[in-house]
Amino acid sequence: MKDDKKNSLLDQQSSTEMQQGISRRQVLQGMMGGGLVAAGSGVLAPGSSLVFADTTEPKRGGKVKVASQSGSTADTLDPAKGSGSTDYTRQYMFYNGLTMLDHTLTPQMVLAESFDTQDAQNWVIKLRKGVNFHDGKPFTSADVVYSLNRHKDPKVASKVATVASQMQEIKAVGKEEVHIRLATKNADFPAMLAVSHFLIVRDGTTDFSIANGTGAFICKEFQPGIRSVGVRNPDYWKKGQPYLDEVELFSIPDEPARVNALLSGDVQLINSVNPRSMGKLNDNPSTRILQSNSGGYTNLVMRDHLGPVQNPDFALGMKALINREQILHVACRGFGTIANDQPIPKGHRYYMGDLPQNDFDPEKAKYHFKKAGVLGQSIPMVASPAADNSVEMAQLIQLSGRQVGLKLDVKRVPADGYWSNHWMKDSLGFSNINPRPTADLVFSLFFESSAKWNESGWKSDKFDQLLLAARGETNESKRKQMYGDMQVLVHDHCGVAIPTFSSINDACSMKLGGYKPHPLGGFMGYMFAEQVWLEA
Amino acid sequence: MNQTLLRLIVNRVVLGFLTLLLVSMVIFTITNMLPGDAAQQFLGQAATAETVAALRTEMGLDLPFMTRYIDWLGGLFVGDAGLSMVNNLPVTELVATRLPNTLYLAALVTLVSVPVALFIGIFSAMYRGSWFDRYSNVFAVFAVSVPEFLIATVAVLLFAVHLGWLSALSHIEGAQTVGELLKAFVMPVLTLCCVLVAQMARMTRAAVIDQLNSSYVEMALLKGARPIRAVLRHALPNAIGPIANAIALSLSYLLGGVIIVESIFNYPGVATLMLNAVSTRDMPLVQACAMLFCFGYLILVLLADISEILSNPRLRK
Repeated sequence: MKDDKKNSLLDQQSSTEMQQGISRRQVLQGMMGGGLVAAGSGVLAPGSSLVFADTTEPKRGGKVKVASQSGSTADTLDPAKGSGSTDYTRQYMFYNGLTMLDHTLTPQMVLAESFDTQDAQNWVIKLRKGVNFHDGKPFTSADVVYSLNRHKDPKVASKVATVASQMQEIKAVGKEEVHIRLATKNADFPAMLAVSHFLIVRDGTTDFSIANGTGAFICKEFQPGIRSVGVRNPDYWKKGQPYLDEVELFSIPDEPARVNALLSGDVQLINSVNPRSMGKLNDNPSTRILQSNSGGYTNLVMRDHLGPVQNPDFALGMKALINREQILHVACRGFGTIANDQPIPKGHRYYMGDLPQNDFDPEKAKYHFKKAGVLGQSIPMVASPAADNSVEMAQLIQLSGRQVGLKLDVKRVPADGYWSNHWMKDSLGFSNINPRPTADLVFSLFFESSAKWNESGWKSDKFDQLLLAARGETNESKRKQMYGDMQVLVHDHCGVAIPTFSSINDACSMKLGGYKPHPLGGFMGYMFAEQVWLEA
Repeated sequence: MNQTLLRLIVNRVVLGFLTLLLVSMVIFTITNMLPGDAAQQFLGQAATAETVAALRTEMGLDLPFMTRYIDWLGGLFVGDAGLSMVNNLPVTELVATRLPNTLYLAALVTLVSVPVALFIGIFSAMYRGSWFDRYSNVFAVFAVSVPEFLIATVAVLLFAVHLGWLSALSHIEGAQTVGELLKAFVMPVLTLCCVLVAQMARMTRAAVIDQLNSSYVEMALLKGARPIRAVLRHALPNAIGPIANAIALSLSYLLGGVIIVESIFNYPGVATLMLNAVSTRDMPLVQACAMLFCFGYLILVLLADISEILSNPRLRK
């Protein structure tokens, strides 16, 4: 049975299966403990627990309590300043964006009715009519202009100031139309505006002690570091939604406490579940695990004298030294998918499938290390709990290194201050990248030669040209080819090794209906509130 | 009240203030030595040298050390602990939302633990070597040595997850009735009581036994006083000093040391507030919390000292 469970946990890696609402794990679990499931949830057919949640009609009413992983006095209702899952989730309760990303990361219209362009540089945005803010004021183009312009004001200290600087001119044309001119062409513009930072606030808002948005919930209470409460917006423009009467969101930073709160029924939904807790949640008939594959990853960064600029052989050697299967099953406990040293995950619309898989090859690694002249030296490798699973990964890579005669000296440093004191400073260290909404964003944030977060200090003119061309390309197949070429370049030459993509693990009560995994983040890409309902 | 008594008490209060001043210097120096500052933390990954410098100037982090210390101390005197660097709210306001919760929990724990501890301590001292004494001893040693995170976690697993009797979280906002309030508080209070009762009972027992061994209690017994009278009338008044000290020491822990209990039960108290503040490098908040904890500690010790002075018959002529 133990083995069954292990296999079945691996089975549920496929997010498409999860999206269809039923995975083999569920069937296996149902068959193994059918009686228990039936008794606990009031369902008779084995394995039907997920099916019932997705096929029944949404129900109105009820309160849901949700516990997220992080929260502090820095919590904010200002979309421009949001950081971390709790902020994003809270802001999606109260505000709407112009667009949103669905579970295939394709942009869908929300407050915008259409995004039109001829050249990917000049955009005409038509806005939805008949939408009101919580205070009753109708939503117009002025709100959009104000919300987008805010990010360019240095005083606002927006987290997306660099992204927003692309918008050279933002002007309202009438009450229901906004024209935006970009500095350079960007075919991904509608997707770019789908992140929570670009949620729309009312024209002139400067006070964020209470939220005034167009969202599905009205902000009843907001206490930073304690909790936020949203009540149903009776005039929400989406017909019939939201289903819940009230959502209470707070954080329980301690993971075991978060899991216990779900198990005891005090909360109905939690995020960021550690794989160690999966057994407990699987065994409990009233809870289920919600897993989605993401494009987030923990990567090994090689820079300075060890990076591809000065020592390309070391980088190639490290890529051959990494045992991805082992890292996936031991360091990540099977929660994730194998990656191939480039940041676009399988299933993404621009994923390049023909790329040969880099795999564990001690002979090849040894050859490159010999050429790089590093055998016999002791090389420090910095890992930290700040980059998920990196300590375990480092230990596994260290063991593999021993096989070929490479001495890696693992230095474990605290999570506190890791990003300012170690990240992009060590010659050999780890980083942790969150999923990003578009391929363009991943590449331009972390791989473009001039990128501030170019982790390995990699420079490639060819890559930069491709990136710029792809951004302005409106022909899908040409675009896909360009992104494919970029993946080849990163895979072959960049000093960043990406062993696995991580998975996002949420867990919820069996009573919660309508929940679907989202590749961008937990809590259905932080947008669960208006889409879920509570079974009686 | 006579002159000696008054002088002793005033002395203690003045000493308390001096200690607080010293503590403020230590806190300010140490928090300034912590690596990283709010400017860096706030900008996070996006920090560049120029933006950090600009933000530092804006937050006043570039002023000389002494200037900032005196500004801060002056503010504290008039009840202004500055603005939080993270969300620009007044620090006093942030603390004010959490402090009542902490005091509430502390009061409940005190209400339960002190009588129980006194009862156990006095009785095991009176009947030294009896089964009650031996069992309470074993329990006390056990409770003191088991860390509270283990007690709390096991309690949650047992009473909230498996039996479903209690809530795994201690949320007081939602609790309306006395029953709900009780349900929310039972586990945190009992967890804290486990640790505190054991400590206090052991020290009370030692203090009472110390007095029971003295010649005046022997004399009282020889004169025919019943054991209960010998303890309550003769021994206990002389043991008040050490007992008050034991209680003060144990309770002082309820202000800042309950961080584990607060995080396991997700209780919004001052300890988690300070933890938040440390992780966001929100120094005004860290300093205010540290001062608050020291202040609470000093008050408790002061109360213990005063009750010791008052209980000393030699000063009451």
